Amino acid sequence: MSESEVRREGIAGARPDREALVGRGLRPGKGGRRGGRRGGRGEKAMVPDAEFTSYYGLPILNPPVWKAADVAAYLFLGGLAGAGSMLAAGAQLTGRPAAARALKISSLAAIAGSTAALIHDLGRPARFYNMLRVMKPTSPMSMGSWILAAYGPAAGGAAVLDVAGRFPHLGRAATAAAAALGPAVTVYTAVLIADTAVPAWHEGRRELPFVFAGSATTAAAGMALLAAPVRETGPMRTAAVSGAAVELAAAKLLEWRAGLAAEPYTKGRAGRFMRAGEILSGAGTAGSVLLAGRSRAGAALSGAALLAGSTCTRFGIFYAGIQSAEDPKYTVAPQRERVTERGTRATS
Amino acid sequence: MGSLVGRNLLAGAEPDVAAGSGHADHPPRMGFFTDTSVCIGCKACEVACKEWNAIPEDGLDFTGMSYDNTQGLGADTWRHVAFIEQNKPMGNAEPGVDHGGSPGAASGGGGTDLRWLMASDVCKHCTHAACLDVCPTGSLFRTEFGTVVVQQDICNGCGYCVPACPYGVIDQRKEDGRVWKCTLCYDRLGAGLEPACAKACPTDSIQYGPLEELRERAAMRVEQLHDIGVEDARLYGHDPDDGVGGDGAFFLLLDEPEVYGLPPDPVVTTRDLPSMWRNAGLAAAALIGGLATVFAAHGGMRGGRGGAR
Repeated sequence: MSESEVRREGIAGARPDREALVGRGLRPGKGGRRGGRRGGRGEKAMVPDAEFTSYYGLPILNPPVWKAADVAAYLFLGGLAGAGSMLAAGAQLTGRPAAARALKISSLAAIAGSTAALIHDLGRPARFYNMLRVMKPTSPMSMGSWILAAYGPAAGGAAVLDVAGRFPHLGRAATAAAAALGPAVTVYTAVLIADTAVPAWHEGRRELPFVFAGSATTAAAGMALLAAPVRETGPMRTAAVSGAAVELAAAKLLEWRAGLAAEPYTKGRAGRFMRAGEILSGAGTAGSVLLAGRSRAGAALSGAALLAGSTCTRFGIFYAGIQSAEDPKYTVAPQRERVTERGTRATS
Repeated sequence: MGSLVGRNLLAGAEPDVAAGSGHADHPPRMGFFTDTSVCIGCKACEVACKEWNAIPEDGLDFTGMSYDNTQGLGADTWRHVAFIEQNKPMGNAEPGVDHGGSPGAASGGGGTDLRWLMASDVCKHCTHAACLDVCPTGSLFRTEFGTVVVQQDICNGCGYCVPACPYGVIDQRKEDGRVWKCTLCYDRLGAGLEPACAKACPTDSIQYGPLEELRERAAMRVEQLHDIGVEDARLYGHDPDDGVGGDGAFFLLLDEPEVYGLPPDPVVTTRDLPSMWRNAGLAAAALIGGLATVFAAHGGMRGGRGGAR
């Protein structure tokens, strides 16, 4: 214990408080810079730039608390619903009523399932209505809630009125409204996950909306192949092929452009889902070109493969995000590289 | 409220963050300066925070990570003291000194090169807070002190703020469902008191005050340390031009931020939000155009034309 006392010439033995000196500075009379050992600087030069450090290997980010069964499933179902409503409107306009009806029903079911999954994922499900308490363009989840609030009733009206065969004008209006909101429902989820600090998602922000648009088209076209008569599914087969092509191309571009942050897409559980998605989408595409135009069974099989492929891709993307948040490497290394590139230290 | 044009709403320096959030007549922005060079690792801040804010137990793990069994910030940990053991001398200190001859020394106790870094981490109360930006319910809000606080009666536990935070601060309390983080003792601030952690800190490693004043004090302190040869001393989160517009709670560190479990160059994710919405718009337009083309190419079914290509 040091003790201070008041003397005639002032306070003696006072503690240095927040001006306390560390290292050699503690010794009276020896403060200030000395020659000889200059620890900090000499040590730092030994560390190569590319190496990354962490605090006992612990993640820097808190990984998402979202449940895969809810949120990854929602990414798939939302896409299926949104793109389905667009295909339904197209089918109705071009005189394909059976396909239109099947897609309207699947969109309603998908959006109802989505809403249930989203509410189930909340920590306080009873407070789900707080989602519509404000409208915030800076929050993709807030915008999404409003999009769903408008899209849900439209998709519901389109399906119910089609099945019931009542109020055809209102039914057409609902179909058009659902189709108009469909693209928003389909792609906003890409912004939702990209607008986080999760490296695999944030660094994929340019490509993810295109992956999602492609994947959603694949899923909805697959649903049409599964549920509609073969003679009405011509456009669906073309949509399936182009959707799968866009999905695959955008995903590959993402893996190429996102650098280290794209690594989780090829590793572990995410990697397995992504590969399964590619294989299933590929098989479904081949099936829709070769078989789906000839037999009902071939069409159904291709459709199921496309739906499964889209599901796997969404789960792969979801798990890639989790994996990239759980490993400090993906947070630290690119940021450290950025600091080094700027040629300054992150802190002065 | 001024015009929206020319203001740094999503990123960049923002001199008056409380006014930017609509507080007309507000006190100066308050914050923390955590000077880790005088931290002794006593964890009084962790305890005081838990006591004052009535935070539940956060797990009784024995980690083997030096003296740190707390591990990191989360829903039930709003102050976290990190312990780092390094074989690296601090400043001009001479490690490896054999204390064998000194009274009371353990027999045969040779010298070690150990230096011990201790740092109390906390929510950064960012100028551009991603958690607040992405909160869909408006539960997270900016106080008149420029801090960021969760309104527990609004939060519905959507969990969006958790992966949005670039520092890994906010988290969901599983048994409760809602998210929790440091409030910078909003209740104490309103009553003119300093936050519990700063009050309890025995070495003034945690300093609370108007942010402007803290920044000046921190600049002087880092200069003082450089002068005595502690070249590793650097400030972290003090710069209003960094990726989050500067932190309301900033630090003096003695090594790179990642050594303490802090991101070296955090960026508020919403900085890129306008470009993300633009990309989504492009994708949506491509989707509409693509499907319209597909249906146009296949044509109508009327008149018995088949749908096959």
